[in-house]
Amino acid sequence: MGLISSYRMRLRRRYWRLRALRRQRQLTTVRDRTRTIAPGAILVASTMRNERMRLPYFLDYYRRLGAEHFLIIDNDSQDGTPDYLQAQPDVSLWTTKASYAGSAYGVDWLNWVLRQNAHRHWCLTVDVDEFLVYPFCDTRPLRALTDWLDAGQVRSFGAMLLDMYPKGPIGRRAYREGEDPIGIASWFDAGNYMIERNPLYGNLWIQGGVRARRFFGNDPWKAPALNKVPLVRWHRDYVYVSSTHALLPRGLNFTYDPAGGEKTTGLLLHAKFVSTFLDRAQEEAGRAEHYRNAAEYEAYAEGLDAETDLWCRASERFVNWKQLELMGLMSKGNWA
Amino acid sequence: MTLGFVMLVHTAFDRAEQVARYFASHGCPVAIHVDGKVPPRRFRAFRDRFRTEPRIVFASRTRVEWGTWSIVQATQAASERLVEGFPDLRHVFLASGSCLPLRPVGELVAYLDANPETDFIESVTTDHVTWTIDGLEEERFTLRFPFSWRRQRRMFNACVKLQRRLGLTRRIPDGIVPHLGSQWWCLTRRTLHSILNAPDRKATDAYFAGVWIPDESYFQSLARRYSTTIESRSLTLSKFDIHGKPHVFYDDHLPLLQRSDCFVARKVWPRADALYRTFLDDNRPVAKRTEPNPGRIDRVFSKANERRASGRAGLYSQARFPLAPHGSVLTCARYNVFCGLDDLYEEFDGWLDRHLGGSVHGHLYAPERAEFADGARIAAGCLSDSATLRDYRPTQFLTNLLWSTRGQRQSFFFGPRDNQEVAGLLVHDPNATLVVVSGAWAVPMFLSGQPIEEIKVEVARLQRIELDFLRTFRNPGVAARIHHWPLADFVAQPVEKLQNVVDEINGAGPRRLTDLPQMRDLRGFTDFLQRLRNGGVQPKVIGDVALFPDFADAGRKAP
Repeated sequence: MGLISSYRMRLRRRYWRLRALRRQRQLTTVRDRTRTIAPGAILVASTMRNERMRLPYFLDYYRRLGAEHFLIIDNDSQDGTPDYLQAQPDVSLWTTKASYAGSAYGVDWLNWVLRQNAHRHWCLTVDVDEFLVYPFCDTRPLRALTDWLDAGQVRSFGAMLLDMYPKGPIGRRAYREGEDPIGIASWFDAGNYMIERNPLYGNLWIQGGVRARRFFGNDPWKAPALNKVPLVRWHRDYVYVSSTHALLPRGLNFTYDPAGGEKTTGLLLHAKFVSTFLDRAQEEAGRAEHYRNAAEYEAYAEGLDAETDLWCRASERFVNWKQLELMGLMSKGNWA
Repeated sequence: MTLGFVMLVHTAFDRAEQVARYFASHGCPVAIHVDGKVPPRRFRAFRDRFRTEPRIVFASRTRVEWGTWSIVQATQAASERLVEGFPDLRHVFLASGSCLPLRPVGELVAYLDANPETDFIESVTTDHVTWTIDGLEEERFTLRFPFSWRRQRRMFNACVKLQRRLGLTRRIPDGIVPHLGSQWWCLTRRTLHSILNAPDRKATDAYFAGVWIPDESYFQSLARRYSTTIESRSLTLSKFDIHGKPHVFYDDHLPLLQRSDCFVARKVWPRADALYRTFLDDNRPVAKRTEPNPGRIDRVFSKANERRASGRAGLYSQARFPLAPHGSVLTCARYNVFCGLDDLYEEFDGWLDRHLGGSVHGHLYAPERAEFADGARIAAGCLSDSATLRDYRPTQFLTNLLWSTRGQRQSFFFGPRDNQEVAGLLVHDPNATLVVVSGAWAVPMFLSGQPIEEIKVEVARLQRIELDFLRTFRNPGVAARIHHWPLADFVAQPVEKLQNVVDEINGAGPRRLTDLPQMRDLRGFTDFLQRLRNGGVQPKVIGDVALFPDFADAGRKAP
């Protein structure tokens, strides 16, 4: 990394900070409980739209892992999401009617909220259908992981998105509020991931899984990116630059070992493909508020209905983190 | 009251208090050193908690920085405080605030009673040290280290380099033989007293203040000078990872720690409630005790270090993505690639299946689709047979397949019609066995009976591709086991060659091949080659045509 490239990255970081500053005006504070955040508390940040049904399980899941406060940006939900969130004692809520695409798919809003509230906190930035799994997550709370990362002066933790799906038609089993979606969508693709290093930000660009297999067989380069760096010991100068796939400064993206060793990593179980997704796919394809004009959602809308079965004979059923570790999808690294 | 503890504390005060009180309540005095970086108010609050506890005393505070002399100063101060305050001690045990006794302290006292004259301190000469990072062993004692390794790493390294180049060294004081070992010791009062009250302590301290990581060498070297009986091991179970920081114990280590029979463990996560609850309860059921045996724990942690340092060979993931993997193993298991044999023999795949077992795929890199074994559309790991998906990252297609079928032998066919992007991987991978009969792709063209005019462009194209492939066999860094014969050479003596290949893959055995596959009918093949030549295409990969048996006369060669 030469001086010029470092300087370019610095400019780029400033650009994203400026964007966040401008988009800040789009946010209305609905409920600000950030004063109750204790020093060192673990935070969860999220942007969402019409996720009322998924919320109770989502909040509980991360509370159980040890998240102490939620920073949530609601993008014009019509299903009672804001009301539900306001009533939660550990949620601070912002709302906006502005365009999701216009704020770089929520990144600008998140960067602003993180800059204001997450400085010096470990912060987990996830979507409402993403569930973090990390080594020993059944016996060690999130705090054990962040303490261990702190001790090693590690600032960020990588967790690839693992797309989960049910066996049988997606629409067969309706998702009920409060239910564990991984109980329905409990299958995944274990070994068809394609990886390339992104020379710009130094992160890995990972594609594959069921979405590449089923929807992007003809133009794989369009398949969604699965690499994520969701857990970061935040500093007010950090910015996410493309969803949670990459951050600046670049050092935060080196969550893998380029020299042959394995770094400690986790997975985000992505419970996208449950019954609630079907209506969503139609709506989002029409709205074109997602990445690449929602090309992904268009692909779903064409190739997906209530009868679609994403399962195949080689699919694996989720058991626990140890299974995922053995398969090499994530790694214990030197955490033992 | 024969055993006392020196405790170095800088964080997790509640746990330190809990353990200190546990020691004190069992009659063992504790001298606590609190890091000078802790704000005075916090320190006073902590000290005041022990106001009514006469067995717990505090030493004057030093600002402690990792790897520097200050940590020895802190230990000295607390040791002096302990020895002065409790003159009838026989052993002094150095612990930290994140240490946890794994066996009732009474057992430790009894163990030391049985060894009243022994100093338990790991102390080995620099020649025998294997655990240091950065390779500084002997040089810890002979160079100067004015820069912090943690905060000024570049200056630290430059300074070391400069001294090496200029040949600058410090003189080691007389009477000191450098020894290294774990920071955590249990010394007899006599040895400790001798160290702390040595007439030349001032000079010794001045020397060690300039040694790198003196906490691993000060007491370790000086104990050798004064002790009568040294048992060179630490009673504290403490493991380090490849970055030199201690491994941490959590609740899920409980069974492992219970079986270790070690006296004290470091370091314990302050929130490991179950560990503290279990091990500070002296009324717990007593297991049969043996000598400390950290072997099992050693294995767990050395495995973790290995995983971090070298990882699982052949795994490409979000955690492990070797950028310049040449010269190392590229895949996770041995596999076999056959080029041309399926063109030469009928039903060669079935024959291979019988002789090699495992999965025998077709042309995995065929232009239409990946021909998985048994015509499957999806292979292990949900690998799709779509050619587009495969060709998007062709080498990862293979590394993925091999990873997902670990423990199962994989074989496949490869030829000039297939995607050649994977060729580099095949040739450079020590796990690959390549069996190449070059030019055999011409056999099906010959058998198709199509006019030369129609096929000669295709022949030229395939030949060019194969020539490129064969050329890579001479590249530097070729690691695969390669068997290559031009078609003519192979056909002259096929049995022996196939036998060699099967022996190499299966391991040599007494069994000779009897059921050879059926070779395709090559009568007229030399004619075909001549017609190609006449058509303007010079066959270059088929070998010396003169070697071909005269099929015209002998009819189909009995294999």
